[in-house]
Amino acid sequence: MVQNLMKGLLALCIGLGIAQGAFPAEPASTEKPAWLPLAQDDLHDPEGPGIKFLQEPAESLSTLPSDVVGNRVNWVRALDKGFIDPRINLYSNKKQKVLDLDVIRRKTGEMNMVRFPHRQHTEWLDCTNCHEWLFKSKAGATKFSMFDVLKGDFCGRCHGAVAFPLTQCNRCHSVPRRVSATPAADAGRK
Amino acid sequence: MTYLYPQIIFSKLFGACLLASLMLLAPLTAQAEYGDVVLNNRAEQSGMRPVIFPHWFHRIRFKCKVCHTEVGFEMRAGANDILMADIIDGKLCGKCHNNKIAWGPQNCHLCHSGLPGLKTGIRGGDSTGGPGKW
Ligand code: HEC
Ligand code: HEC
Ligand code: HEC
Ligand code: HEC
Ligand code: HEC
Ligand code: HEC
Repeated sequence: MVQNLMKGLLALCIGLGIAQGAFPAEPASTEKPAWLPLAQDDLHDPEGPGIKFLQEPAESLSTLPSDVVGNRVNWVRALDKGFIDPRINLYSNKKQKVLDLDVIRRKTGEMNMVRFPHRQHTEWLDCTNCHEWLFKSKAGATKFSMFDVLKGDFCGRCHGAVAFPLTQCNRCHSVPRRVSATPAADAGRK
Repeated sequence: MTYLYPQIIFSKLFGACLLASLMLLAPLTAQAEYGDVVLNNRAEQSGMRPVIFPHWFHRIRFKCKVCHTEVGFEMRAGANDILMADIIDGKLCGKCHNNKIAWGPQNCHLCHSGLPGLKTGIRGGDSTGGPGKW
């Protein structure tokens, strides 16, 4: 089983290597400049009549707490520190229901364990954006692996799309295993 | 301990491989702002430029739940079938783009601002490709 998985992984690595060879990156630089002008983003039509009315990302994003990935904005801090005050509802006065509860997911091999913090998520999202269709309301009850996340499911629905990207392993894998813990104790926990 | 051995090798290899694949993927992705969505299931077929929806711009003004619960957009690029008739009717984008909460549907070119030929999907680099890529 393990061997087959390893073979699969190797094949994937090699496959990606080949794909990379077939579509070589244009310039050698790997550093993506923050906030390209809309006319250069390969998405907006520089000839289109609308582009001059749209806001340039740099204009507002550069005023928010910075980050090194994604929108180059630390959205958690932007919200916590009051840099932004996004609307909660369109047509009702319901308060945002914030839940301060961390869930630790332990099946991470040699990586740090994963802390899922409800507080930062429920500042932005409703319970029903995740429960029960994506995650069960019971720690450890939802079975998924890093592959599922990378495929864009579970945490990867949002992380890698809109919330900070999956390249930031340690923001999720943030809880070190206690050195003193016996492997058996950890292995037994789901 | 011997029992754990393959697992440890596996996770090491896995980590290394993930990192390698991510690094390889990074330069392949476009330059768009992170979280931009191209909506082109119908637009270009009907002779309009593709629609570019910027998450960064909207999330400064609205929490995710406003659109993904109250307005009802499913969290999967391309999964919501959006017709202009619905927007003008006050549904989907039109829940806000109604000349009240935001400017109205008469401003075609503000939404239909994309380069011809773009495919529907999430954009923005740094990502592993987003849902459905792998
Ligand atoms: C929850 C409300 C809401 C929804 C839903 C919504 N928008 Fe907006 N949108 C806004 C507001 C508010 C603005 C800012 C209007 C202003 O500046 O007067 C805006 C601005 C924009 C802009 C201009 C951004 C800029 O650079 O100035 C675009 C493009 C846009 N929306 C596209 C869309 C599309 C496409 C959809 C549907 C897929 C959509 N919006 C759905 C509220 C919404
Ligand atoms: C958005 C959060 C998030 C990010 C970012 C993330 N992971 Fe994970 N990872 C998880 C979760 C959740 C699990 C599942 C843990 C469980 O089931 O107990 C996991 C599991 C794993 C596992 C265990 C094996 C498996 O297949 O499940 C490995 C190895 C792993 N991640 C490596 C990485 C590496 C390497 C990175 C960075 C490239 C990374 N992760 C980034 C959330 C994340
Ligand atoms: C961003 C997604 C997300 C949102 C939003 C969210 N949750 Fe969760 N919730 C999770 C995940 C992930 C778990 C862990 C599931 C697992 O390990 O199988 C979890 C677990 C739980 C648990 C079980 C905790 C335990 O220790 O057993 C409860 C209770 C819960 N959530 C309630 C809520 C409530 C109430 C809300 C709304 C205020 C909410 N959640 C919003 C993702 C979310
Ligand atoms: C429904 C969308 C969604 C899902 C699913 C989701 N997240 Fe998040 N997550 C967010 C958003 C939005 C933020 C705010 C930061 C941002 O946008 O970059 C965030 C932030 C975080 C943070 C940073 C908290 C901080 O204090 O900086 C961690 C850690 C995190 N998520 C882990 C996870 C893990 C682990 C999972 C899967 C179990 C997960 N998330 C699933 C949307 C999501
Ligand atoms: C608030 C943003 C917004 C505005 C303003 C807007 N559209 Fe659209 N339009 C969309 C979205 C989103 C779609 C769906 C795109 C897709 O999936 O291909 C769409 C689709 C279309 C389609 C193809 C689908 C259909 O219903 O036939 C046509 C044609 C179209 N728009 C014309 C227009 C015209 C003409 C105007 C100006 C009078 C306009 N749009 C203004 C967002 C907008
Ligand atoms: C103004 C409305 C609006 C707001 C606010 C908003 N979204 Fe979205 N979101 C959309 C639209 C529109 C789509 C595209 C749906 C489609 O293509 O059918 C989308 C798509 C998505 C997707 C699917 C991406 C993919 O890879 O397929 C995710 C995940 C997502 N949003 C997460 C979030 C998160 C997390 C937040 C809050 C930080 C957020 N959204 C805020 C309107 C919004």
